[in-house]
Amino acid sequence: MSIKLEHINYIYGEGTAYRKQALKDVSLEIPQGQFVGIIGHTGSGKSTLIQHLNGLIKATDGKFYFNDEDVYAEGYSMRKLRNEVGLVFQYPEHQLFEVDVLTDVCFGPKNQGLSKEECEKRAREALEAVGFPEKYYGQSPFDLSGGQKRRVAIAGVLAMRPKVLVLDEPTAGLDPKGRDEILDQIAELHRQGDMTVVLVSHSMEDVAKYVDRLIVMNRGEKMFDGTPKEVFSHYKELEKIGLSAPQVTYVMNALKDKGFEVSTGATTIEEAVEEIMKVL
Amino acid sequence: MIRDITIGQYYPTNSIVHRLDPRVKIMCTLFYLISLFLFKSVLGYVLCTAFLFTVIKVSKVPFKFITKGLKPIVILLMITVIFNLFLTNQGKLLVSFWVFKITDEGLRTAVYMAIRLIYLIVGSSLMTLTTTPNELTDGIERLLKPFNKIKMPVHEIAMMMSIALRFIPILLEETDKIMKAQIARGADLENGNLIQKAKNMIPILVPLFVSAFRRANDLAMAMEARCYRGGEGRTKMKPLIYQKRDYVTYAATILYIVVMVLVGRYISFRVWIF
Repeated sequence: MSIKLEHINYIYGEGTAYRKQALKDVSLEIPQGQFVGIIGHTGSGKSTLIQHLNGLIKATDGKFYFNDEDVYAEGYSMRKLRNEVGLVFQYPEHQLFEVDVLTDVCFGPKNQGLSKEECEKRAREALEAVGFPEKYYGQSPFDLSGGQKRRVAIAGVLAMRPKVLVLDEPTAGLDPKGRDEILDQIAELHRQGDMTVVLVSHSMEDVAKYVDRLIVMNRGEKMFDGTPKEVFSHYKELEKIGLSAPQVTYVMNALKDKGFEVSTGATTIEEAVEEIMKVL
Repeated sequence: MIRDITIGQYYPTNSIVHRLDPRVKIMCTLFYLISLFLFKSVLGYVLCTAFLFTVIKVSKVPFKFITKGLKPIVILLMITVIFNLFLTNQGKLLVSFWVFKITDEGLRTAVYMAIRLIYLIVGSSLMTLTTTPNELTDGIERLLKPFNKIKMPVHEIAMMMSIALRFIPILLEETDKIMKAQIARGADLENGNLIQKAKNMIPILVPLFVSAFRRANDLAMAMEARCYRGGEGRTKMKPLIYQKRDYVTYAATILYIVVMVLVGRYISFRVWIF
């Protein structure tokens, strides 16, 4: 179940005054089970990139292989692809529409043609997986708090049991507590199953803690691709494109400049503490 | 997907037509539309064609974009032409088969009507192509100001128009997003019969309405927070002030309309059947 993009180009509004190249020659391979973070400034093409992954956008130019099958070949079933690759958009709570939470989460599985009992079973599982309290299953999704709506919306995609879960800024607009909870839950989901998770964000702190691999997008191009440690070592270049490394990277680098023998590879506070304790 | 639809279809270039005061453009378009019905002679057609093409040239809008606006009226155009062609009985008979008769008079009116309709659409779409919706409402507000005296809520009408126009792209984008999100959840928007299709729209319409109300609420709140209280005594950041180029345009258009009136009244020479 690997994802393979080869030389993807995408152009918005070809042939109009608003023509804009959103992706430039992006090549990418994601093996099954990886936890990938995609980072970039607004307009860097990260949202466009992930919409390719479930076929909502077809590349102007380039190849896309899912599970070694050519997605752009004639007769390839986009439905099948969308069953395997679940995409959660930014502010997913804006897509809630049903009368109660459980029915809304059932929408995805129902479209997959499953029986009513099976739909409900999967919906309950998904809601449980995102930590949504059972006593609210019968409530209108419009009456929930922001964080709870977000959970319901993510569960709506999870209930389809995708092999690949793509999340576009799942924590946008949430308070720090809600943010940490959601991210922890996503990390937990990734640990439990053999699911590939692609997490889009513009906050380094968010992703550094969780991902195995980090991809930095800039103006439609892939700028860096590697482990968080590798990517953050380019923190000066990241600043130039309006991103920044996690604050611990700065602290560690400052300490090193002052003559302390610390490694600058720490990306989380825990790692940094450990490093500093060693020196002291 | 839906993003490709542009309403108001503004085409940004930096031409002198774009920089004209919107009032000038509205008034001149109006004059131009009237001028299309003032004449019957070939010279009239030559003159208004020349006028139209000069403005298109100066506006730097590609010809392709202007003709795009004609697509929706193709059917209307065909019906007009066919009716005029076959249902006019006066004049010399040119061709006849079965119950259909084509006369020179019928041919003439058909061609004239087609040209006039096309010019009407091209002329008015040229205005929307070179004026942003906001400028347009500003212009309308200013032009309608005298009606304030008879208690017409001009400012409110203009404000409603600009809000409505401003929300079109936002709601289109929102629809696009919601559609994509529901497709990602396996929603089927293409297949099925009419009732099935209407049912399939529910997952899109419900969130769309919710979001429209939410946005309207937010906007009202934001306007109140900035002490908006209607048009009275309200000043503008960019008040409309006539420049030299605006007077020149007015003069040129008036000259054009005078010529057209004269042509319409005194010249009626015809070439062949026209």
